[in-house]
Amino acid sequence: MFVNYELRCRECQKTWGNVPRSFCEDCFSPLEVAYDYDSLKKIASREKLVGRAFNMWRYSELLPLPEDFSVPNAVGGTPLVAAHKLASKWGLKNLYFKNDAVCFPSLSFKDRVVATALAAARRFNFTTVGCSSTGNLANAVAAQAAQQGFDACVFIPADLEPAKVLNTAVYGARIVRINGNYDHVNRLCAQVADRFQWGLVNVNLRPYYSEGSKTHGYEIAEQLVPMAGGSLITKIAKAFRELVTLGWVEPKAVRFFGAQATGCSPISDGVKRNLARFEPQKPNTIARSLAIGNPADGPFAMKQIRQSGGWAEDVSDPEIVAAIKLLAETEGIFTETAGGVTTGVTQKLIAQGRLRPHETTVVCITGNGLKTTDAIAAEFPSTEAIAPRLEAFEAYLDAQLGTAAASAKA
Amino acid sequence: MPVTIEIPTAFRRFTDGAPKVDCSAATIAEALNELTSRFPDLGRHVRDDQGQIRQFLNVYLNEEDIRFLGGESCSLKEGDRVLLVPSIAGGSTC
Repeated sequence: MFVNYELRCRECQKTWGNVPRSFCEDCFSPLEVAYDYDSLKKIASREKLVGRAFNMWRYSELLPLPEDFSVPNAVGGTPLVAAHKLASKWGLKNLYFKNDAVCFPSLSFKDRVVATALAAARRFNFTTVGCSSTGNLANAVAAQAAQQGFDACVFIPADLEPAKVLNTAVYGARIVRINGNYDHVNRLCAQVADRFQWGLVNVNLRPYYSEGSKTHGYEIAEQLVPMAGGSLITKIAKAFRELVTLGWVEPKAVRFFGAQATGCSPISDGVKRNLARFEPQKPNTIARSLAIGNPADGPFAMKQIRQSGGWAEDVSDPEIVAAIKLLAETEGIFTETAGGVTTGVTQKLIAQGRLRPHETTVVCITGNGLKTTDAIAAEFPSTEAIAPRLEAFEAYLDAQLGTAAASAKA
Repeated sequence: MPVTIEIPTAFRRFTDGAPKVDCSAATIAEALNELTSRFPDLGRHVRDDQGQIRQFLNVYLNEEDIRFLGGESCSLKEGDRVLLVPSIAGGSTC
């Protein structure tokens, strides 16, 4: 594959070639992969997509993959679910959920970013890969490292959901539990990347890693035109811009809305209070996969939201639980707490009149409910067991349903 | 107050390769000023044109981000560690 990209500082625009580094050594701002779109137009086309399997490797030319890259297992290619019942309930014309809760191999959108990060890890000859993680990323790193023969070492806050820890351990990854929140873990990993020759996917490989998020946006663009999105904001916006630049889709006005948990909402707080810089927070929410009090992408997310004419909102923990249940009961999608946040915020934005009924809305579901069952377990207490006899079942129905049971009998 | 500033690899080209710099300061602001006075080329990498600590440079006093401690004016005590750490874009849902 012809390499037509390199790292460029998002702030001072200085270019750095292709190296395992996430920040500009001049101004410390994040680096981003910048492409030569003129040369991309010569090698990539919509026609080439036809006949390729529907997964993220379908967009290989638009990703920072090394020249000798060979496509590993399928990642992405998740369904865009038309949510008729919720659309009707909320008074929307068109509502969709992009369901990365069923992303392969580890059931979250993090599979996408790890896929591009490990391609970079191989390019830079790392044999050990790792990450700082609130769970989903650790799952994805562990699974794909196992597939591709990397050693894996992941750093997590000590209080993570047990399911997410187990879903990392099962792949054989080394798990380092840190006494602290995600921001502490992230700081440590910045220092680890400075000291060790490891490929930490969301630290020194971050520019390549984050490009994988674009495939969430490419897929939405293929599955639906026009569109409006809600999360992974800066990279989905970049994906849409690229498709317009390449002439593959018509430019459309897309507004971006950010969703956070109230217990950790530095970005939505910054948008709502119109701050120039967000104020970091100490996370305290059941949405632990979103519990990043000092998000370095925050300034860019705020800018993207503002420039698109969107908005940001946040929801409380009870609202997150209610939204998880609502999405499951109406659309049959079981999402983790992060999806409860995007769903709950969507409901709130509709109530505020910020999401308009005649427009098409896409809500991003980024992870699977099986990983955060502890967040909603109290909502579903186990029921008493009954004897395996018809009379016992009838008594049970009478107790549960009262007179309804009688009418159900033949 | 004698304190130690830990220097990330990216900055060591401005500190003659030193991974740590000892200085005497009563506040974070004083410590950073002493650091950038001693290594003037480092100054523009630590502060922006408005004199603020660069947006993507995080400063920690021991284990805590100084933004939770009142910012640059927070006091130092003997033996404190001041860490300069690049802000690694966290992004949504990790």
